[in-house]
Amino acid sequence: MKKLLLSSIIVIIGITFLGRLSYLQIFSFSPDQVLEDPAIKRVYDYPERGYIYDRNGKLLVGNDPAYDVMVIPREVRELDTLELCGLLKIDKEKFKKELRKARIYSPRLPSVFVPQLSKEDYAKLQEKMRHYKGFYIQKRSLRYYDTNSAANVLGYISEVNERDLAKNPYYVQGELTGRTGVEKVYEDILRGRKGVQYIQKDRFNRDIGPYKSGTLDTLPEQGYEINITIDKELQEYGERLMVGKWGGIVAIEPSSGEILSMISGPTYDPSLLVGRKRSANYSKLHYDSISKPTFDRSISFEKSPGSPFKAINALIALQEGAITPSTTFTCHHGFFIGRHKKGCHCGGGTRNLNNGIYLSCNAYFVGAYKKIFEQFPSNSEAMDAWEKHVKSFGLGSYLGSDLYTGRPGSVPSTDLYNKWYGVGDKRWSATTTYSNAIGQGEVNVTPIQLANMTAAIANRGHFFTPHVLKKVDGKKIDIPDFVEPKYTTIDKRHFEPVIQGMADVYHKGTARYVQIPDIEIAGKTGTVENYVKIDSVRTQLTDNSVFVAFAPVDNPKIAIAVYIQNGYYGSRYAGHIASLMIEKYIKREITRTDLEKRMLERTLEHEYAKPYSGKEFKINEYDWSKHSTKYKAENQSEQ
Amino acid sequence: MTGKSVLKRLDWLTVLFYVLLLTIGWVNIYSSTFSESDSSIFDFGTLHGKQLFFILTSFASIIILLALEANFYERFSSVLYIISMVLLLGLFVFGKTIAGATSWYDLGFFNLQPSELAKVATALALAKYLSDIQTDIKRNKDQLYAFLIILIPAVLIIPQPDPGSALVFFSLSFVIFREGLPLYYLGIAFFAILVFVTTLMFGTIWITIGIALILILFFLLKKKKFKVPIIPMAITVILTILFSLSVDFVFNNVFEQRHRDRFGLWLRLEKDPAKLEKIRKTIGYNTYQSEKAIESGGFFGKGFLEGTRTKGDFVPEQHTDYIFSTVGEEWGFLGTATVVLLFTFLLLRLVYLSERQKTGFARMYGYGVISILLIHYFINIGMVIGVLPTIGIPLPFFSYGGSGLLFFTALLFIFLKLDANRLKEGI
Repeated sequence: MKKLLLSSIIVIIGITFLGRLSYLQIFSFSPDQVLEDPAIKRVYDYPERGYIYDRNGKLLVGNDPAYDVMVIPREVRELDTLELCGLLKIDKEKFKKELRKARIYSPRLPSVFVPQLSKEDYAKLQEKMRHYKGFYIQKRSLRYYDTNSAANVLGYISEVNERDLAKNPYYVQGELTGRTGVEKVYEDILRGRKGVQYIQKDRFNRDIGPYKSGTLDTLPEQGYEINITIDKELQEYGERLMVGKWGGIVAIEPSSGEILSMISGPTYDPSLLVGRKRSANYSKLHYDSISKPTFDRSISFEKSPGSPFKAINALIALQEGAITPSTTFTCHHGFFIGRHKKGCHCGGGTRNLNNGIYLSCNAYFVGAYKKIFEQFPSNSEAMDAWEKHVKSFGLGSYLGSDLYTGRPGSVPSTDLYNKWYGVGDKRWSATTTYSNAIGQGEVNVTPIQLANMTAAIANRGHFFTPHVLKKVDGKKIDIPDFVEPKYTTIDKRHFEPVIQGMADVYHKGTARYVQIPDIEIAGKTGTVENYVKIDSVRTQLTDNSVFVAFAPVDNPKIAIAVYIQNGYYGSRYAGHIASLMIEKYIKREITRTDLEKRMLERTLEHEYAKPYSGKEFKINEYDWSKHSTKYKAENQSEQ
Repeated sequence: MTGKSVLKRLDWLTVLFYVLLLTIGWVNIYSSTFSESDSSIFDFGTLHGKQLFFILTSFASIIILLALEANFYERFSSVLYIISMVLLLGLFVFGKTIAGATSWYDLGFFNLQPSELAKVATALALAKYLSDIQTDIKRNKDQLYAFLIILIPAVLIIPQPDPGSALVFFSLSFVIFREGLPLYYLGIAFFAILVFVTTLMFGTIWITIGIALILILFFLLKKKKFKVPIIPMAITVILTILFSLSVDFVFNNVFEQRHRDRFGLWLRLEKDPAKLEKIRKTIGYNTYQSEKAIESGGFFGKGFLEGTRTKGDFVPEQHTDYIFSTVGEEWGFLGTATVVLLFTFLLLRLVYLSERQKTGFARMYGYGVISILLIHYFINIGMVIGVLPTIGIPLPFFSYGGSGLLFFTALLFIFLKLDANRLKEGI
């Protein structure tokens, strides 16, 4: 027994080893381990990234050649470091650091040494390149922008990082990928597919021909060019109007949901984020924590909608049978919530739906809001119904658009008030939540949601998911989610009286000074109380100026929302800017040149500086010194 | 006695295995360390050139080893043992540190690793002690002395640190078992390792459930008349569970992180693919690359000097501890199976030779040789193909290294000399 023990152990070990080896070498072995084998060199053939055009076929983004200096650390021989550093415009420390980094990545595979040389630097370097063994130049194309606008829509591309590499095996180090905006969302379409050639290397690291006679090689597939729905001219014009103002403008074509322009102020020139200066410029923009130019206010800025939201409440009240167009409420230059009087600027008197809207009477809409609640046996059922109606306009959701960022905003619900005030009909009611009636309560929206809401009104009851992709490779896109209308919960017949009220906003209401000759517009002003947290203290700043509009009233071509931070009265900034945008889009030219001049020149920088001045400051000032008498009259009637 | 008669009685089959292993080993070292700028295989500046020199030196030493009187080894075994212990002690003062381990004397042209000498000396000393007419292995005192002979060098080597070599000395306990130590010692040790590993893999709860199942089966299947030794059985069960409970504590509090890592790697305790990917780039790098290299060889291998991963230096220490991965990549399953079979035949042949010895000393020394070769072969290849945790010891006759080759040769040929002399009793 003991004699056999050692022999059996030897045999068992032998069998175990043979078992494991056959598992590794026979069962796990696959002959196509090319991708993993570090001795098979892959040579890539990059297709050109697709161009981006606007809705009218005008070029927005093209390509420019650029040159990367690559290094294979193992092949680097002695060289004149100083001279090379000079040509590459880097210092010796950086040279050493990059070489070390490349060596750690792999001594025998190429790494990017200095990315994206300019054409001039390339020309100088090219003739000397043969002196530097182990270095070579790889051509690649960089984005070229034929506009200085739409940075927030287009996005930018940059080198893939560790996370991208881990997430998508397509990419290899040094390649570019879309980071935000259209470049990110439509990365796969724009990028195309690189071609790959597998090359067998022998033990001397020499190429000895194609691996497996090239049967695994692939040809590059071109990236597609795309048209986006943005109107280049309108976008550029909007950005000029927004100079010196913070906020967002979104214009949508109601009949398709196509986004005509999407402006965020302040913004930046997209060319800043191209080439070697990209990362320095990006840091500068990204760390500007006061004006936040990389924060896309047109889709991510959530604030109270203010008076434009009254149109939605009017529609809900009509739908629920709480009011008819002729129902009246009396405004006593305000209204009472319990024993507290709340103010109203409409001038007082008896208000019906039409003048309630065009004079933006708070008392009327609080009355209508209470009537909605009276239609239901309990407050929570009323709230549920109200929430459902509001959400059917796309508020409180991401909308399902093809934009890379965005915020959902918020719509209050029974749950929210139950949490705040407690469960039960006695705890809260229409009176508790009356702010919702005038768009100042718990409803928060983004400019794009406002524009979409306006488009839904313009369409008399439905909207199309807002989107920016129009054509791929010259062919119109056919994405079901974008072509199918989304219906609101309001019947079509209720829209006409509300739209009439919105049209009268221009005829005789709060926006009567911003009419455009020959274009019938329906709109709604908003002057939104503006509270922010500064060093965690709730502080009131100058009101936000809001305006929504669509035109022409009978056959809407454009629905627009303008949200100007600290712009004070709705028509003062937002209203004027909206009317200029509408005129620009429909007429393609501006007849009211003095208004245009004024809007282009005026800035609100002094308002934005106030909270950071460290001094006490006044809000909602009439800065009369800056206006002529003509505009004095306008300001008095702006309300 | 003349040299001629030794050659006549030498076991040439063993010599054949030895030469084959040496040749295959050198070919693979050549492939692992080859570079395009090398001019000749005799260039002693290169690693494969040096190894060739060591091989020639080993051949020369064989002549001396065979020429010495057979009973010289038995007579001088104690002296040799004491010398090697002194050399091991001397390392604490004069040792040279290579790769973190203070295991070498710097002799200028050559780094001497005294632990290699100690392996030969300990095998000889143990055989001498056990074969002494005064020694009775059934006595506890003699068991203790026998284990002391093994333990002293092991204890001296652990702090170098070189746990791999220390393990080699423990393998010599096979010799004591062969000579009559009760086998249940071995059984207990094996059972303890089994409980340790299963606890790490499944946890104490499953061990308890497993024991319960075994007990139920046992009571269902036992013959009615069979008297159950209740108390010893209960003690065993309780001890097992207590031991299993202590495993967690020892693993988490006594082991160092690198030990935990190695065990975790070996037992595939990490299941999360993202973390696994990270492990493959850090602590599991060697094992992963080595497995990959072997796997990529397939059945036929990529051919001599065509191993792409070998060329790219993807497997670290490939000419020393990981030499077997070169065999796997360039010669495929055909190559690895050949090497495994060669080792198996060599070891089985040595078992046969040991058993035919007339003297206790020769037989026991033979078992010592087998134990030492077996443990090296088992741990090294086991580590390279990923069935054992990472413990750095060389593959006998294969791995690059002068002292190693010289002393493995000595170990083997001293035994062959004893074997050649087995019929000359009483010298």
